Amino acid sequence: MAVKMHILVCGGTGCSASASREIISELNKEIVAHDLTDFAKVVVTGCFGFCERGPIVKIIPDNTFYTRVKPSDAKEIIEEHIIKGRKVQRLLYVAPDTNQSVSDSKHMEFYKKQVRIALRNCGFIDPENIEEAIARDGYAALGKCLTEMTPEQVIAEIKKSGLRGRGGAGFPTGLKWEIASKSRPGEQKYVVCNADEGDPGAFMDRSLLEGDPHSILEAMAICGYCIGANNGLIYIRAEYPLAIHRLQVAIKQAKEYGLLGKDILGTGFDFDIELRYGAGAFVCGEETALIHSMEGKRGEPTFKPPFPAQSGYLGKPTNVNNVETYANIPVIINKGADWFASIGTEKSKGTKVFALAGKINNVGLIEVPMGITLREIIYEIGGGIKDGKKFKAVQTGGPSGGCLTEKHLDTPIDYDSLVAAGSMMGSGGMIVMDEDDCMVAIAKFYLGFTVDESCGKCTPCRVGNRRLLEILTRITDGKGTMKDLEDLKNLSAVIKDTALCGLGQTSPNPVLSTINNFWDEYVEHVVDKKCRAGQCKALKKYTIDPAKCKGCTACARACPVSAISGTVKNPHVINQLDCIKCGTCVEKCKFGAITVQ
Amino acid sequence: MDTIKLTIDNRAVEVPKGTTILKAAEQMGIRIPTLCHFELDGLALENRPGGCRVCVVEVVGRRNLAPACITECMPDMVVKTNSFRALNARRTVLELMLSDHPNDCLQCPKSGKCELQTLAAEMGIREIPFQGRMSQYKKEFSPSIVRDANKCIMCRRCESVCHEYQSVGAIGAVERGFPAVVSTAFGKGLIDTNCVFCGQCVAVCPTGALAEVDNTGKILRDIANPDLKTCVQVAPAVRVALGEEFGMPAGSIVTGKIAAALKAIGFDYVFDTDWSADLTIMEEGTEVIGRLKAYLAGDKDVKIPVMTSCCPAWVNFYEKFYPELRDYPSTAKSPQGMFGATVKTYFADKIGVPRKKLVCVSVMPCVAKKYECEREELGVNGDPDVNYSITTRELARLIKICNIDFNSLPEAEFDSPLGMSTGAAVIFGATGGVMEAALRTAVEVLTGKTLPRIDFEEVRGLDGVREATIPVPGVADLKVAVVYGLKNARTIMEQIKAGNCPYHFVEVMACPGGCIDGAGQPYHHGDASIIKARHAAIYEADRRMPLRKSHENPEIQAIYKEFYGKPCSEKSHHLLHTLYFDKKIKFDLEN
Repeated sequence: MAVKMHILVCGGTGCSASASREIISELNKEIVAHDLTDFAKVVVTGCFGFCERGPIVKIIPDNTFYTRVKPSDAKEIIEEHIIKGRKVQRLLYVAPDTNQSVSDSKHMEFYKKQVRIALRNCGFIDPENIEEAIARDGYAALGKCLTEMTPEQVIAEIKKSGLRGRGGAGFPTGLKWEIASKSRPGEQKYVVCNADEGDPGAFMDRSLLEGDPHSILEAMAICGYCIGANNGLIYIRAEYPLAIHRLQVAIKQAKEYGLLGKDILGTGFDFDIELRYGAGAFVCGEETALIHSMEGKRGEPTFKPPFPAQSGYLGKPTNVNNVETYANIPVIINKGADWFASIGTEKSKGTKVFALAGKINNVGLIEVPMGITLREIIYEIGGGIKDGKKFKAVQTGGPSGGCLTEKHLDTPIDYDSLVAAGSMMGSGGMIVMDEDDCMVAIAKFYLGFTVDESCGKCTPCRVGNRRLLEILTRITDGKGTMKDLEDLKNLSAVIKDTALCGLGQTSPNPVLSTINNFWDEYVEHVVDKKCRAGQCKALKKYTIDPAKCKGCTACARACPVSAISGTVKNPHVINQLDCIKCGTCVEKCKFGAITVQ
Repeated sequence: MDTIKLTIDNRAVEVPKGTTILKAAEQMGIRIPTLCHFELDGLALENRPGGCRVCVVEVVGRRNLAPACITECMPDMVVKTNSFRALNARRTVLELMLSDHPNDCLQCPKSGKCELQTLAAEMGIREIPFQGRMSQYKKEFSPSIVRDANKCIMCRRCESVCHEYQSVGAIGAVERGFPAVVSTAFGKGLIDTNCVFCGQCVAVCPTGALAEVDNTGKILRDIANPDLKTCVQVAPAVRVALGEEFGMPAGSIVTGKIAAALKAIGFDYVFDTDWSADLTIMEEGTEVIGRLKAYLAGDKDVKIPVMTSCCPAWVNFYEKFYPELRDYPSTAKSPQGMFGATVKTYFADKIGVPRKKLVCVSVMPCVAKKYECEREELGVNGDPDVNYSITTRELARLIKICNIDFNSLPEAEFDSPLGMSTGAAVIFGATGGVMEAALRTAVEVLTGKTLPRIDFEEVRGLDGVREATIPVPGVADLKVAVVYGLKNARTIMEQIKAGNCPYHFVEVMACPGGCIDGAGQPYHHGDASIIKARHAAIYEADRRMPLRKSHENPEIQAIYKEFYGKPCSEKSHHLLHTLYFDKKIKFDLEN
């Protein structure tokens, strides 16, 4: 007897961290307790995207979307919804604008403008069950390619679709495959999947691999067929244990089903996939560094040419694509290049997955058509800025990108517009900042990341970024000069112009874009010694208002560095030279006598 | 051949496909500065990481500046090597490098020879606008090499020679970002790593990050000590290179001036390692003949090929990497070792000085010889046979310290009885030389006939691997190989391990071209023509010698008569042959 109801529970890393595993076991317990095993079934899926409201539980077929579910809610969901057919109202999403509960996700602002191509199966299927993938056209594209199309036809289709690399640089995928296919024909070649996602706050690739591993395996096999490779390698960070597990399960199942391995679908085409683990170096997302890392060498980039297509893994022609790029391939084959090309803008086709994070109401994983504006993403999908604060900037492209501001809100998001606006698409990190964020500190944060992640091979990145960071630190410490600002600009320009790889060439972008868009804030830090966001500790000044101070001595007793002096019942004074600006005194003062400037 | 037309600095040029911008510019007389780039033309040594970014040039239409050393010329490319953008970037990159470099040029061992210093001077750097954290690494001392990682600019030349050229891999980049530096695994001292002390890292290092251990001070002190007698020996390759330190053209043969300078410095006895090179041929040649005859007679236990053992880095290499094959190399000590053993016994007795009161110094083109001096088995009760080894560069410093005008110095002769040598000895300084010298003697001994020609051209040259078949009438067709670069030596060792090594006799030298480019020689800064000139000079020196076969050296004949009896006698086994040890490095990851 077929199961009537499916209870989908997000098994992505985010929801797992919020106890979704316990929810699953509780649900299963309740199903058994109520003897419903023939009627309802729990399915562990990948990420639904709406991480802000996780853990997510979705009931099929009525599409009820429960948010922020706790393990203790399992009993009620089973007893009320599954048995009695009554929705658990308190677990439904409440639209902030109308204050009405919304039970079906397609009516939520968060999902309305999304178009899910790469994420098509995430949150729908059990990623550890190949049959669910197959039921949603999994491996149909591979079958079509192997039986109905020549490699040239497949490449032509991908070229026609206009798909560009989703790793950040936006190189046309079809062209990349064509180059690899023409490179040293007949030789051993490799298909590599770059799953070394490293942008701070980005989790697109991880979610894809956790939610729909088969689409990546299928696309890699298609790529292998196109370029003449029988071996695929997925370079994945060892710190993605769930994604690794799901990939391992998927590879095993695909082999059992004859969809990977020898003589796939009886066509004589062989393709095998192995995993390679990275140790979590950001620079290993750069394809030459990635290849060196896979070879067991130091993870550092080398000059291109030769490109991987000419000489890649073990010196063999190699095609490297990002996870999300591969995720688009089967759909393009199934639905056709024209359909895909109808989505997006003239030069950027299809959709892009973003990890929306920062000071935004709806943190999560979204997939939007190219050409959507930042305003739509932030205010409609993202639900606006947290706590009613004022939007200040959004960082796209992670540490390689730049800050976009108010004036860019109506810029259509595509590869070229973002570059023109001083940022870049990047792999899809999108971090929203509000008025409480200091833009100098933001630039310092991103640069600190690149300084840590630089491989140290070329001088501009190894030493130059360190010096940039030191200048920024001087500025946030209140020791900056106007010459420092000039040095920042000039040094940034030289680093961009001379660094060896993409990491170094883009590392000054957060500095340059914040300088361009928030010059006044830099000048304030340097000239007025003031941080308007109050983020730069060294620029804060704590003072005691003698009129309000009662001389209770609470602050003086709490001060960890004894910077406060005064006698009982007389106003106290903070010695500014000793003060470490920890803020303890403010917390202790019952009379609101201590102010921060 | 396909050619490419492009424009560099407003001038049209046509170059073969695959030419880099750097090379194309060079042939037009445009010298683009470089630091990490290093190449020894024709000696298969190269380092092109494109990491320092000093050679950046503007390619019109490209988003970023291009590193000239690795960017290939493309049709219709328009290159500007001296546009403001390129010059400004180059200067900034150099300033960045200097902002993390100790400004102690006055005390630096590379001062005056430092490529970073030269470049900073050429670029007119007067101040460094960037200030911030500086690297703080400890200096590391080993028997041969001093490492000062604070001066490392991450050019990776040392890493390339150590890994690619020598297949040793003792040093490489560690850490990342600002702390990235070339170091050993787990920061161990070189002595505890696979380092074989070939010193090629020192030879290619553009800065003072790698230098040889300096023994000049100890030598001056011992010369001044009235209780001690000092004697000195000079290796073959020194005489074709030392002149460079005094502005002479590469390949100047300054044998007589060296003897005169050493006397002027105050050594009591000025001898020649060439003498003991002849002695080496007698011992090693006899061993080769013995092993070969046994092998040809069907002895299954005899180890063939016989391999030379004069190169101390090569000895370290097989002790560390192939200890199980250490019976293959000849047991003969190196010429330095044979000299030391003879001086501290035969000669000490002859002049009536106890060995402890006799100081033996060697002048070598080599830094591994310093390590060899410290080998316990090459001394008696802690008194080394050779007390100190100095490099050609250190000798140049000694000469300058001692106020000697080398250029106007009249030539002198080496002292007797350890000063006379043959042409066979001087060619020890070049790759193939030991082989040729051994053949000149061995073939005559085997056939009992005088050789019609003594120039074995077939083993000469500068290819990393050379093989030849030398017919020895009535005995066998002798299959020989000459290799330099330990990577090539590794190939032979692997052949031996696999049981398919086709040779009877193999010569191995660690350094490019043999001792002429030893790590103790004057810095060539990547100019292969210097090595080629030294190579030519070695053979020229051989041609000039009245005697050219080791067994014809009358001083050698005399010492056998007087002291050693005959080659491979019991006495010579005791003094002139040695043992090798298992020094395989076992990394204990737990500790």
